[in-house]
Amino acid sequence: METKTIIVTGSSRGIGKAIASHFLKLGHNVVVNGRKELPSDLLDYFNSFEGTAYPITGDISEPGFAKQLIKETKKQFKKIDVLVNNAGITRDNLIIRMSDEEFDSTLNINLKGTFYTTKEVAKVMLKQRSGHIINLSSVVGVVGNVGQSNYAASKAGVIGLTKSIAKELAPRGVMVNAIAPGFIESDMTESLTDEVKEKALESVPLKRLGKAEEVAEMVHFISTQSYITGQVFHVDGGMVMNG
Amino acid sequence: MTTFEKIQEIIVDQLDKEESEVQRSTNFREELEADSLDLFQIINDIEDEFDIKIESEEGLTTVDDLVKYVETQLEA
Repeated sequence: METKTIIVTGSSRGIGKAIASHFLKLGHNVVVNGRKELPSDLLDYFNSFEGTAYPITGDISEPGFAKQLIKETKKQFKKIDVLVNNAGITRDNLIIRMSDEEFDSTLNINLKGTFYTTKEVAKVMLKQRSGHIINLSSVVGVVGNVGQSNYAASKAGVIGLTKSIAKELAPRGVMVNAIAPGFIESDMTESLTDEVKEKALESVPLKRLGKAEEVAEMVHFISTQSYITGQVFHVDGGMVMNG
Repeated sequence: MTTFEKIQEIIVDQLDKEESEVQRSTNFREELEADSLDLFQIINDIEDEFDIKIESEEGLTTVDDLVKYVETQLEA
């Protein structure tokens, strides 16, 4: 099997950690990234797999960081097969209470960060005439959610970005797709009360939370495809049907 | 290396052509069959190489147009 190089932004926990681990288990090179230096026990965990984990620390909402991330990856591994734009934050509030800072910081990381890294990796992938860019959107970007107007706007923006760039890069065989996860088990959902969880599950036809690994499997699936671009894949237990 | 030689090298690399195919009078679209994505990639590489900004690809039909544009920018 060919060893691929995959960049996963925001891989210190949750879905990003699951995606990085999935590719490392398969023996690939994975650039792992966090805003702060990844703790040594996490790096030990990543290094316990067959693949090579290579940490590059930095904030994707900083305009200059994307350039460094792509340049260093290219230097280290010679090519870039997959970029997974996963890094994201939530800063929930009702619209009448939402501050500029809450709105801007969410847009800056979730949407503008995706723009910065995609712009830089596109230059490399166009030259290679191959590559996959996989953007993490959310079911919330498709159907909306109370208290998450900033997050929903950023994730809907990611879908528009995905489809436009898919058209721009298609002539060179570079594919761009998005995944819209639903309610996924994470530190965030862990802290919810049973009552809140039960209420949330009412909107999930499959009646359970998703696992980060199930999103990672979709990322892997897309990365192996050669005739799929500009699509949004819903990994949400059917949640989007109840929009 | 002259400005032309540097630009020639970038075009040869980007479009996978022979050096002999890329002369000053060479037309990008007609002779090198470059599309707009090719042109933007060449412009990107030139911007990095010379540390200049090329605002628009308009009027850049031949290699010579590009060389003259870059030389003007470098003098400014």
